[in-house]
Amino acid sequence: MNPGRRRALRVLAGTASASATLAAAPAHAARAPKTPPPGAMGMLYDTTKCIGCKACVAACSVANDMQPDRGPDGLHLAPLDLSGRTKNVIKLFKEGEKTSFMKSQCMHCVDPACASACMLHSLHKNETTGIVEYDPRYCVGCRYCQMACPFNVAKFEFEKAAPKIVKCELCRHRVGEAKLVENGGFSRYERGHGPACCEVCPAGAVVYGTREELLAEAKRRIAANPGAYVPHVYGETEAGGTQVLYLSHVPFEKLGLPALGPQGVPHTAYTIQEGLYRGFAAPVALYAALGAVLWRNRKKLGESAEEVKP
Amino acid sequence: MSRHTSVHSEVGGPVLTPSYRLLVAIAALGGVMMLWRFAAGLAAVSNLNDGYPWGIWIAFDVVTGTALGCGGFAVALLVYILNKGEYHPLVRPAILTSLLGYGLAVLAVTVDLGRFWELWKVPVYFWRWSHSPQLEVALCVAIYVLVLLIELSPAFFEKWRGSPDSGLRSFAEKGLAFVKRYFVWILALGILLPTMHQSSLGTMMLLTGPKLHPLWFTAWLPFLFLVNCIIMGYGVVVLESHVSASAFGRRRETEMLGRLSKVAMGVALFFVAFRLADIVLRGQAAALFSWFGVAVLVELGLLVAGALVLMSEANRRSPSQQALAALLLVVGGTVYRFNVYLVGFRPGENWSYFPAVPELLITFGIVALEIALYVAAVKTFPILAGEPEPARA
Repeated sequence: MNPGRRRALRVLAGTASASATLAAAPAHAARAPKTPPPGAMGMLYDTTKCIGCKACVAACSVANDMQPDRGPDGLHLAPLDLSGRTKNVIKLFKEGEKTSFMKSQCMHCVDPACASACMLHSLHKNETTGIVEYDPRYCVGCRYCQMACPFNVAKFEFEKAAPKIVKCELCRHRVGEAKLVENGGFSRYERGHGPACCEVCPAGAVVYGTREELLAEAKRRIAANPGAYVPHVYGETEAGGTQVLYLSHVPFEKLGLPALGPQGVPHTAYTIQEGLYRGFAAPVALYAALGAVLWRNRKKLGESAEEVKP
Repeated sequence: MSRHTSVHSEVGGPVLTPSYRLLVAIAALGGVMMLWRFAAGLAAVSNLNDGYPWGIWIAFDVVTGTALGCGGFAVALLVYILNKGEYHPLVRPAILTSLLGYGLAVLAVTVDLGRFWELWKVPVYFWRWSHSPQLEVALCVAIYVLVLLIELSPAFFEKWRGSPDSGLRSFAEKGLAFVKRYFVWILALGILLPTMHQSSLGTMMLLTGPKLHPLWFTAWLPFLFLVNCIIMGYGVVVLESHVSASAFGRRRETEMLGRLSKVAMGVALFFVAFRLADIVLRGQAAALFSWFGVAVLVELGLLVAGALVLMSEANRRSPSQQALAALLLVVGGTVYRFNVYLVGFRPGENWSYFPAVPELLITFGIVALEIALYVAAVKTFPILAGEPEPARA
């Protein structure tokens, strides 16, 4: 082996091991866990209180100016699942005698995978409210957010020539100039300015407020009603935490809520991506190394480029 | 030492043969489907849905198509970094295949993007850039297409140098001088960029987190995608060389391709060993005995089969065995990418996906266009190495 080649191999081995170390050592360069913003808004849904009237589904459709998503009968607003026409849905879980309603909409993750997937922050987390907001002006329609969402919440208007992503934004368009005021232990907007589903719910099954207040309330309910609930607030820790929280009398998996660890979904991808591209140092170093090897090999390159010579 | 036994030359002959017309027809049909898609939306032509928002266009045309376009990258690594100049005749056709693979992947992305008219904002609105691995892929691929074009440009310049038009002649001379002068830095970019975006294609699927089956979800995904594209790159170069030799009656580079195949064999075996070790060390070995495990065995089995063919010295000297092994490696590499982007992706039991007919026609059209452009290019420009094989009695 000639010395030049040996040196070239050494440089290559060096850069390869450097990039491998970066890729393989998420534990060392791990990205810090995300915390909810202090004013994080959210919802608390309680399966033991929901009567399945679907008033929230209709209210959501009206509040968001959606085309009605008719169910199998083609007449009534009766969506079976979230879709490009439905941002909020009530489903029924039934297993023998055991039943439970289930409300689905965006979970407003503390560490949203959809926003991490989005190239131009078309989906992004509001720094104050923590609402995961959508701005179609910067959306290219790549649907990476849908791939990334662990709850399959983000939906897309596949049937339209000019489609958009569709998902709950906690009725942020209704807030306007309204201010948060304390009301019955929760931070609330003046009626008509809060999330439509919560305002319309006749059973108090879904309420809104700050995540902090809702988490405390959920824990209070579990403590006050021993045996009534699965003793866990879904969303407290799942996937790094969500701003929409759930209390249930049946196991959460039965409601379609996946068992997720405490780590945010973007954790692995972002540890690697932000590790490798921090300050753009690694690509620049690799470019310099490649340039150096090529420069050393340029005599032979010259021969190769012989054909290029006039 | 490297000796260049041959200079590149154009194949010549008429482009519009009957089989070429068939290619153009398939491409045109794909084009019509594309127009339909732009007019009526994605649902009209595809089975893409909210559970499987990415289908064959992403898994094949983009994720696999760019890997098939890694011949230029893989051969450049060998020739220019490991200083193995003897493979130099393979560079130019490999660069052409890469340019077509990447160029048409960009076309496929445009078809797939629901809001393609906003795409121009991605490179322009840099203050809005996120750390999404997809942004890295998008920007990097766009620059790489330009780099490939510059890398291939000597083929055009050499042709135009003999043009009767003096303006074109002087442009060609200036172009050649430019490429020659900045050769090292252009080449370094041509190696850096695929290293970046091919690994990022792996990182991208890490963001699907729990939806990607643990048999494929590993922090090594970016590294595996990088190694995978090198295997596919060598496979494509061997295949392309044999197919060109047969189709255009060029002399076969059997000896050189045999040595290249040995390199490909080594990389493929490394990939298989690494993949299995990773699965076992992450405690996922039991999952190999499931339907997902079958997908892994197919993916690795094809690579092992390709490597086994190349184990024997005699097979490495046989053009048909070389081509067979290369095909196995390319298909094995493709299955890995399909497994990560479609098979191992589990949005939930309620969802299913299989491409619709118009969706497939668009993919076929893009492949046909790719072949058609390749044929037209090698017939018109000095890309393939060597002279035509002497006619046999």
